[in-house]
Amino acid sequence: MKRKYLSAPYLIWVVGFILLPLVTIAVSALMDKNGSFTLENILSIIDPINRQALLLSLGIAFGCTVICVLLAYPAAMVLKSLHLDKKGFAIFILILPMWMNFILRILAWQMILSNNGVLNLLLGKLGIGPLHISNSWVALMIGTVYDFLPFMILPIFNAISDIDEDTIEAARDLGAGSKAVFWKVILPLSAPGMVSGVIMVFVPAMTSFVIADILGGGKLQLIGNIIEQEFTKSMNWHAGSGLSISLMIFVLVSLAFTMKNDLKDKGTTVW
Amino acid sequence: MKKRVVLFGITAALALGLLCGCGKSEKKGTLTVFNYGEYMDPEVLDIFEEETGIEIKYEEALTPEEMYSKYISGAIGYDLLCTSDYMLQRLIDEGELQPFDIGSMEYKENIGDKYWEIARDFDPENQYVVPYFWGTVGILYDMTKVKEPVDSWEVLFNGQYAGDLIMQNSIRDAYMVALKYLGYSLNTTSEKEIREAHQLLLKQEPDVQAYLVDEARDEVVAGNAAMAVVYSGEAYLGHEYNENLEYVVPKEGSNIWLDGWGITKYCKDKDMAAQFLDFLCREDIAEKNFEYIYYSTPNEAVIENMDEELKNDRTIVPEESSMDNCELYLQMTPEITELYNDLWKELKAN
Repeated sequence: MKRKYLSAPYLIWVVGFILLPLVTIAVSALMDKNGSFTLENILSIIDPINRQALLLSLGIAFGCTVICVLLAYPAAMVLKSLHLDKKGFAIFILILPMWMNFILRILAWQMILSNNGVLNLLLGKLGIGPLHISNSWVALMIGTVYDFLPFMILPIFNAISDIDEDTIEAARDLGAGSKAVFWKVILPLSAPGMVSGVIMVFVPAMTSFVIADILGGGKLQLIGNIIEQEFTKSMNWHAGSGLSISLMIFVLVSLAFTMKNDLKDKGTTVW
Repeated sequence: MKKRVVLFGITAALALGLLCGCGKSEKKGTLTVFNYGEYMDPEVLDIFEEETGIEIKYEEALTPEEMYSKYISGAIGYDLLCTSDYMLQRLIDEGELQPFDIGSMEYKENIGDKYWEIARDFDPENQYVVPYFWGTVGILYDMTKVKEPVDSWEVLFNGQYAGDLIMQNSIRDAYMVALKYLGYSLNTTSEKEIREAHQLLLKQEPDVQAYLVDEARDEVVAGNAAMAVVYSGEAYLGHEYNENLEYVVPKEGSNIWLDGWGITKYCKDKDMAAQFLDFLCREDIAEKNFEYIYYSTPNEAVIENMDEELKNDRTIVPEESSMDNCELYLQMTPEITELYNDLWKELKAN
């Protein structure tokens, strides 16, 4: 209790780097160019072009989340089944790419997927292709899934590891087959992990713009790209702030939906 | 362990000595210079300090916009800065640059007349800006994929190379292409003309493989695309990597850009600043900078001394005729800027 001063740095952090920027953005969003109050910036999200970008972002984020869940469950199950010493190594391998800057990794994907890239070279050897994946939403999806997959695997793995082996054995004793064990025991018990995974994948996937810039070849316009343009190219910070605020509202609403079922079940592992 | 301490001591002593050495030399004054990154041979600064005893404080920025906001914030009082045409125009219009006696510069003649004339677009009396480097925007294409020689923007719009072309991912560079192809000025203020260009770009969008900036060159070099709209400096580097590449400034004309030096209103010793600019025009110095950057130089003494191969490289020394229809970008009104921004979003939403 006496060591309250220890929290000072965090307080400064929270105020200076979270609250203050948020307030600045909010104030700027509610102002027009002449400094008078307006809701126009925030409502501009329903302009046809912005709406279309938002829907594309939602679609990409949703698709990416679903694919990540489908890929992460088997991976987490495999991880769990590994022997303890191998487990550490497997997780290490999983985290290893994150030591490298993600832009570099996305640029590498650009090389792999491009018309004369590694993928088409290999496919060519097999007599297939060439596939024109680069600069399309498929490339964007691959990059997004690749980038966020570890954030789905780790919380699910944590949740599955936390399940008591006895619980599973008890289910087996009572005559449940492996299917039933998965659907009736493992899945419900690991749901909190999945929820944190969903949050950690869906939100950044929806707001990112760099992957779309690099792998979409500047042809796919996500809501993040529009906000970036408003800030850096158009120099219209009010419109950019307005869109940011409405995007935040959107994220909050979608989170509320995800969390609703889950809040009762204690805390989650990562979130 | 002891050895290490001794070594450290010696290093420290040497470093101190070096520092003191610098301090002791006769200091005639300081100039704070603001330039783009990698846009001057560092050796040039040393030579200047050695020759004149004037100390240079050197600062860098990446984009004209970044430069502008750093300059305007006033945190550092820059004496000299080098930036791009439209930003120089803005600085002149806002009274941030001070005129100086360019006519009395010893090496003024090294800069060709036509470059002074280009600069007159934003500096009508040639009293603010000394040209530094310049270039054009054109089409870089792969001769193994494009058989007939390219000479018109038409090749980007006729659908013949659908899926094989790359456009610049910047608003003005993209619209410039369409405006010029239609025969309009790239600085047009007519909404009708801009919208016409927009329709053309909308129609072209499905054929465009990607809108890129720096990677545009690399994609053509790697053979992923048949052609790309690029800056001439990029084209030169592209040619270095892949001999099959050719660069052309289309006959309808294009954008020409010019970077130049100006003296800011904060500069207290105009003569000293002018001395530095004069020094940059001196042929041996301009040559050093040219060999460091490989953009087109306005310094005719340097061009004179180039070997034949460079002299005939159209990315370095463009044909006079190719520049006939080229224009600088000039500042746009806020209304036109807004129109462009909206159209650009619409194009990308396609």
